[in-house]
Amino acid sequence: MIRLERRPQPSRLWTAITPLLAVLLTMIVGGLMFALLGKPPLEAIRIIFWDPLFHPQFAAYSRPQLLVKAGPLILIAIGLSLGFRAGIWNIGAEGQYIMGAICGAGMGLAFYPTTNPLIFPAMVIAGALGGWAWAMIPAVLKVRFGTNEILVSLMLVYVAEALLASVSQKLLRNPEGMGFPGSRNFQQYPAAHNGELLPGTGMHWGVLAAFMAVIFAHVLLTRHIQGFNIRLTGEAPRAARFSGVSPARIIFLCLGFGGALAGAAGLFEVSGPAGQITIDFNSGYGFTAIIVAFLGRLNPIGILLAGLLMALTYIGGELAQLMLGLPGASIQLFQGMLLFFLLATDVFTNFRIRIGKTEVA
Amino acid sequence: MNRRTLLSTAAASIVGSTLASSAFAAAHGGTVKVGFIFVGPIGDGGWTFEHNRARLALEEKFGDKVETVYQESVPEGADAERAITQMALSGCNLIFTTSFGYMDPTINVAAKFPDVKFEHATGFKRADNVGVYSARFYEGRAIQGHIAGKMTKTNKIGYIASFPIPEVIRGINSAYIHAKKANPDVEFSVIWAYTWFDPAKESDAARALIENGADVILQHTDSTAPQAAAQEAGNVITFGQASDMSEYAPMPRVSSIIDNWTPYYIDRVQAVMDGTWQSDDTWNGIGTGMVGIGEISSAVPEDVKAEALALKDSIGSGAYHPFTGPLNKQDGSVWLAEGETAPDGDLLGLSFYVEGLTGDIPN
Repeated sequence: MIRLERRPQPSRLWTAITPLLAVLLTMIVGGLMFALLGKPPLEAIRIIFWDPLFHPQFAAYSRPQLLVKAGPLILIAIGLSLGFRAGIWNIGAEGQYIMGAICGAGMGLAFYPTTNPLIFPAMVIAGALGGWAWAMIPAVLKVRFGTNEILVSLMLVYVAEALLASVSQKLLRNPEGMGFPGSRNFQQYPAAHNGELLPGTGMHWGVLAAFMAVIFAHVLLTRHIQGFNIRLTGEAPRAARFSGVSPARIIFLCLGFGGALAGAAGLFEVSGPAGQITIDFNSGYGFTAIIVAFLGRLNPIGILLAGLLMALTYIGGELAQLMLGLPGASIQLFQGMLLFFLLATDVFTNFRIRIGKTEVA
Repeated sequence: MNRRTLLSTAAASIVGSTLASSAFAAAHGGTVKVGFIFVGPIGDGGWTFEHNRARLALEEKFGDKVETVYQESVPEGADAERAITQMALSGCNLIFTTSFGYMDPTINVAAKFPDVKFEHATGFKRADNVGVYSARFYEGRAIQGHIAGKMTKTNKIGYIASFPIPEVIRGINSAYIHAKKANPDVEFSVIWAYTWFDPAKESDAARALIENGADVILQHTDSTAPQAAAQEAGNVITFGQASDMSEYAPMPRVSSIIDNWTPYYIDRVQAVMDGTWQSDDTWNGIGTGMVGIGEISSAVPEDVKAEALALKDSIGSGAYHPFTGPLNKQDGSVWLAEGETAPDGDLLGLSFYVEGLTGDIPN
């Protein structure tokens, strides 16, 4: 008889090793899947985890791309993690990301084609505000009417997608685009372009902002009273209330911060790597960031590493498709396994396995 | 995976690494390596399926003189630029990017790899090493419209549109013009799905149209979900889109527009082999076989089938242009005078409905 017994306290050891264990299990089961597809499993795993960093032909290009891919994931996940810590479930970062991109891009395009060094900072502020405002909707509804922020924030993603489709065909459409939907490309508008800060590094302002957010969140959570309040609200809501922490303030703070970071991520993406507002501009960063936040144990440093790991599986997965002809869906399955095994192994943080007879109560 | 190595390599990459040059792309001892960027999965049964079929035909035709690679379900945007770059780095000599949204990424990557040739489907931006190609799908739509007009009993025709871009608007106009000619009482309702491939959304759209009385469903999306919805409803006819979708014949699928990229792809690969490849702008239709009309099934009466085939022949031979005046715009103003045919420039940027269509293009 195998049964689970609750640990008196979450195991620190298991908290630390479950992410590694999850990666290992993903490699094993994923390798099995690749083998069943008739592809060499070890080579596939090597291409996914090793080649983006060290392949002589690709690494020089794909290493910087890791940062490009990880930047928005980390930035959004940091914002989400604060809320998750406080038990506030913002599932709609994708919508806040879109709204940030629309507001920020709109700000930049309004000034086209003038050049002024203040245009880009203004876009960043507009982007963050756009995401913040979008996140304030579930926050206000929750505080005022007690609505469920999971549902409201998620539904607002679809509203944001509809708005994105609308502005790419109307408000922000490129007047020189021959009637095709999509805005002007920021790559051709240097004053508003979020290009690489150092050529060939992949570092753009968004990646820098992500690193700064990691440091900021780390300091907030370990050194600042608001960080303590956030953690207290999540771990012991009643105690938090007794010690005078206002739940409404925590809700506004967490959703607002998450929305602003997601919005900024959207702006950095639209003005940099993506280049333009298009109907399909959003590619799921807001949802993937939820995985990154949990993979990183809601810990800022953990999120930094998880974001880089996630980016690695994306880029490595693309290379594996290219080099081995693996189906695209198998790569998505592989990434899904990562979260699945993380959640599965997480059980051991709070429980331990007992083998033996059940004691009679 | 060790966290520390991961972090330190990431840090190292910040410090020093530069974009690899196109040195890898050239020199491939006799074989031509051809890459394909696909917007959907190769099993979509429609648009991507046909591009992939042409890829396989290349391998069959050229044997070991050609090597092909592909990447499927590549999102349009930042990810596309990386996917195309990696393909160029992997040594491809010729890369086909097969969706409109890859336009700017293709141009960007092409600028970094002057020795690699690029072919972008359905776009309008060219460069010395970027050619564009598309098919005159509206020619096939004319035949669909004719059959639809003859076959409908409720006089209501549903149209599942993807995005309001000129290609899709051309298709709606062409189908409407010819349905109206066959049956002056027809009405079109258009649903914009804002997707090229989303079986659930396409299925919902088809159901909504059928519930509103449509007994013919035309689609400009890539999955077979509308066919399945029509089959379920019964007495509703559909047309295969991009691919033959013959698994739904003879009912609900009564005919289809088939994108046949094979001759074009063979032609372009041959040009690269011969060193004669040049950037150009190709827009072919029924005449060259780039647009094929799938078999008209037994559900269509013989006389209608004969008319449809006659229409196909006259378009194919160039005797008839699907956009021939007199044609007015939706607002009643004159577009084409009696006997005038639409110039390609008008068609490429088409952004309005013709007279008689109701509703607005979301614009």
